[in-house]
Amino acid sequence: MYDIMQQPLKRSSMSSTQTAEEKISVATDMETAPRMEALRLNAWYGKTQALFNVSLEIPRNKVLAIIGPSGCGKSTFLRSLNRMHEEVGGRIDGRILLDGEDIMDNDPVFLRRKVGMVFQKPNPFPTMTVAQNVVAGLKLNGMRDRKELARITEENLRRVALWDEVKDALNKPGSSLSGGQQQRLCIARTLAVEPEVILMDEPASALDPISTMKIEELIDELKKKYTIVIVTHNMQQAARISDYTAFFYMGKLIEVGKTSKIFTKPAHRQTEDYVTGSFG
Amino acid sequence: MSTAALYTWRKFKNAMMLSMTGLSLLAVIGVLFLILAYTVSKGINHINWDLITQMPAPVGEEGGGMANAIVGSLILVALGSAYGIPVGLFAGIYLAETEKGWFARTVRFLTEVLNGIPSIVIGVVAFIVVVLPMKRFSALAGGFALGILMIPLITRTTEEMIRLVPSSFREAGLALGIPRWKTMLFVILPAAFKGIFTGIFLSIARAIGETAPLLFTALGNRFWSTELDQPIASMTVFIYDYARAPFDDWNQQAWAASFILIMLVFVLNIIFRFVTRKTYTA
Amino acid sequence: MSLSMQDHNDQRSGQQAVRPAARALSLGGMFRKNPGDLIFENVTRFFAFIVLALVVLMVYEMTVQSWPSIQHFGFSFVSSSDWDPVNDLYGALPFIYGTLFSSLGALLLAVPLSVGVAIFLSEIAPGWLEQPLSMLVELLAAIPSIVYGLFGIFVMVPWLQTDIQPFLIEEFGWMPLFEGAPYGFGMLAAILILTIMILPIITSISRDVMRAIPDTQREAAMALGATRWEAIRIVLTGSKSGILSAALLGLGRAVGETMAVTMVIGNSADISISVLNPAHTMASVLANEFAEATSQLYVSSLIEIALLLFVMTLILNAIARGIVWRITKRYGAVAA
Repeated sequence: MYDIMQQPLKRSSMSSTQTAEEKISVATDMETAPRMEALRLNAWYGKTQALFNVSLEIPRNKVLAIIGPSGCGKSTFLRSLNRMHEEVGGRIDGRILLDGEDIMDNDPVFLRRKVGMVFQKPNPFPTMTVAQNVVAGLKLNGMRDRKELARITEENLRRVALWDEVKDALNKPGSSLSGGQQQRLCIARTLAVEPEVILMDEPASALDPISTMKIEELIDELKKKYTIVIVTHNMQQAARISDYTAFFYMGKLIEVGKTSKIFTKPAHRQTEDYVTGSFG
Repeated sequence: MSTAALYTWRKFKNAMMLSMTGLSLLAVIGVLFLILAYTVSKGINHINWDLITQMPAPVGEEGGGMANAIVGSLILVALGSAYGIPVGLFAGIYLAETEKGWFARTVRFLTEVLNGIPSIVIGVVAFIVVVLPMKRFSALAGGFALGILMIPLITRTTEEMIRLVPSSFREAGLALGIPRWKTMLFVILPAAFKGIFTGIFLSIARAIGETAPLLFTALGNRFWSTELDQPIASMTVFIYDYARAPFDDWNQQAWAASFILIMLVFVLNIIFRFVTRKTYTA
Repeated sequence: MSLSMQDHNDQRSGQQAVRPAARALSLGGMFRKNPGDLIFENVTRFFAFIVLALVVLMVYEMTVQSWPSIQHFGFSFVSSSDWDPVNDLYGALPFIYGTLFSSLGALLLAVPLSVGVAIFLSEIAPGWLEQPLSMLVELLAAIPSIVYGLFGIFVMVPWLQTDIQPFLIEEFGWMPLFEGAPYGFGMLAAILILTIMILPIITSISRDVMRAIPDTQREAAMALGATRWEAIRIVLTGSKSGILSAALLGLGRAVGETMAVTMVIGNSADISISVLNPAHTMASVLANEFAEATSQLYVSSLIEIALLLFVMTLILNAIARGIVWRITKRYGAVAA
C-alpha cells in the first residue's frame, strides 16, 4: 500500500518545482502513508485563481497547520479538502486523495462525513437545542435510537470538555451558550459523525484567550485519534499545537515541513520573513 | 433681493416645505383612519353572531348573515392554497438555491410579472382554462385563480427569508455530511420558518380579500353550497352584491363584512411585519 | 457513462497518471452528486417550471381566445369607440382612454403626496417614529379593493356630489375638465380612490430610494449652509430615477385596479374630457360585462381587452423593475 502511494508522487516531483521536492522530504519523514494528499491542485473562484499547482500531503494522526497572510489561499485549500469549495461556486483542477481515493469520484456527502469541518465563527444550528446540535449529523442521516443518541451526546460533549458545563442546559438553544462553549459544541457536533479528518478554519480566532486555550488543549487531545488540518493566523498557535506546518503565499505552497523546522530554520526567505513577523 | 431678505425667504421656504411633507403624511394617515372609522361605525349594527352564523335573508327582508360566504371564501382559499403554496414554496426554494443561470433568472422575473398582473386578468385566464371546458362557473375555477395570485408572493418571501438565514448554518450542515436537501429542509427552512409561514398567511390574506378574479369564476351563490363544481359564495362577492343592493340593511351588512375582512387582513399584515423585522444578525 | 467519466478524470488530473489500484477502491464512484440532492433539485426545479408554464399558459390562452376578435377587428379594435354588443361591434378605445385617464390622473395626485410622505419618513421623522408611521401607510395597501369600493360608493361619492363637484362646477365650470352635472359617480371619484390605493407603493419605494442615498451628501449640503429643505432637494435629485420607477409601479397598479374603480366610475362607454362624467376602464368593463357576455365575438373582444391590459402592466412593470435594478447595482440593496 505504502509503495503504491509513493510512486506517483515521486514521478510528479520530477516535473514539478522546488515546492514539490520540499514536500517529498516531509513524506519521507512520515512513519505511515499520508491520510490525504493534494496533487497539483489549482482552484478558482469565478475567474480568479486562488490556488496554483499545490501538492501537499496530510500526515496521518498529526496536526498540520496552514499559515500565510490573508488571501494566500489557505482557506481555499482547506475547503477544497471536503469539497466545501464548490458550494460557493468554486472549481478545482488536480486531484485530492483520501486514503488513496480521489475525493471527486465520490458523493460529497459521504466525503464530508469522513472529513469534518469546524468553522471560524461558531455556528450551532439556530433552531436546535444543545443536545440536538450534537447529534444533528447523525439524526439527519437517519439514526433514530434515542438511547444511542443520548449516549453519543454525552460522550462527545465529554470529549470536548463541555459536559459538565452544559449537562443541565441540554434542552436550551445551542445559541444560548457562550462563544467558546458554542465552538466546543460545534466540535462535538463534528466529532459525533466520527470523521477521520477534521479541518479547522481559524477555530479560535473569534474567541477569548481562555476559550482559545481550551480549544488548543482539545486539539492536542484529538490528534491521538484524528488527522487535523488547521488554518490559523496566529503563528504562536501554529507553533504550539502543530506537528507540521505549511506556508502558503499568493496561492502557492511555499514550504512545508516539521513545525520545529519551519519556525527555526525555514528553507525559504518568504517563510522566514513571515514567521519572524517581517510581513503579513 | 438683499442677503438678509434672501435668508429670510430661504428659512420661510424651508419651514413651509417641511410642514407640507408633514401635512401629506397626516392626510394619508387621516384617510386610513377615515376608512377604518366608517367601516366600524356603518357596520356596527351588524357586527354580531348572526352575520357569521346565518344564511342570507331572502331578497327584501332584513337580517340574515353570510355564513355561506365565509365557508365559501375558506373553500376557495383552501383550493388556491392546495397548489399555490407548494408551487410558491418549492419555486422559492429553487430560486434561493440557484442564484445564477438563465432559468432561475427567468423564473425570478416571471414571478415579478405574475405579481404585477391585474387580478381581473387572472380571472379571465381562469375563466378560459377552467370555466369554458367545464361549461359552468365553479369553486374550482375560483380556487385556480386565487392560487395564481398567491404564488408570486409566496415564492418571493420564501426566497428572501431563506437568503436571510446566514450561510454559515448551511455550511455547517453540509460539512457534517448532511445532504443538501436535508440541510435545506431540516436546518435552513426551520430557521426561516417564521418568515415563510407569515408570508404564506399574508398571501392567504390577499387571496381572501380578492374580488375581481372571482366574479366570473366562482361567481357567487345565495345558497349553501360546498360543491366544488358549482358556483360558490365568497365574502368579497357578498360585499360587492350587498353594496350595490338598494336596501339599507344590506348595505350595512356589507360594511360589517368589510370590517371582518379588514381585521383579518390587518392582523396578518402586522404579524408579518413584526416577524420579518427581527431577523438574524449573526 | 463510466467511460465519459473516466475521460473527464483524466483531463482533470492533467499529466498525472491515474492509478488503477487506488481507483478500484472507490466504491461510490457512480455518484459524484448525492442522489437525494439530485432528486430534490429536480423537484424544486419542476415547481419553478410551473411558474414559467403558468405565465406562458396565460399568454397563450388569452391570445388563442381573443384571436377571433383580433382577426375580425384588427387595429380598429383599439382605435374605434363603438362598443355595441347589440350589433356585435366592439371597439375598445373608450376603455383604453378611461384606463389611461384615470391612472395618469391618480398618478398626478399621488406622486407629489407620496414623495412628501416619503421625505417626511426618510428625512424628517425621528427614528422611533418612522417604523410605526411607515407601517400605517403600508396598511393602506393591505385594505382589500372591495372595501375601497364600498368606501367610495357610500362616503366619497355622496361627498363629491354634494360638496366638491358643485363647487368645481361653480368655480371652474368654464374649463372642459369640469364641465357637466354633479353625479358623484364618475372619473373624479375613480381618480381619487386610485390615488389613495397607489400611495403606499409609491411612498415605500421612494422612501427606500431616498434612504439609500449616502448621508455624506446631506451633510455636505448642510455644511455649506444649506437649509434642511435645500439638502432634501439634493437627495431628491439623486433619487429621481428611483421615484420614477416607483411611479411606474404605481401606474401599473392603477391600470389593473378593478373593484374600487368599477364601483365608483359610473360605467359608461363614453369618451369625455370632463372628470365629472361617468366612464369605464378596461378592468371595469371586464368586471361588469364578462359574466354576461353572450356572443362568441363579445367574449373574444373582452378577452382581447384582458390581453391588452396584461401587456400594458407587463411593460410598465418591466421598465420599473429595470430602473430599480440599475439603482440597486449603483447603490446596493434597495428593497422594492
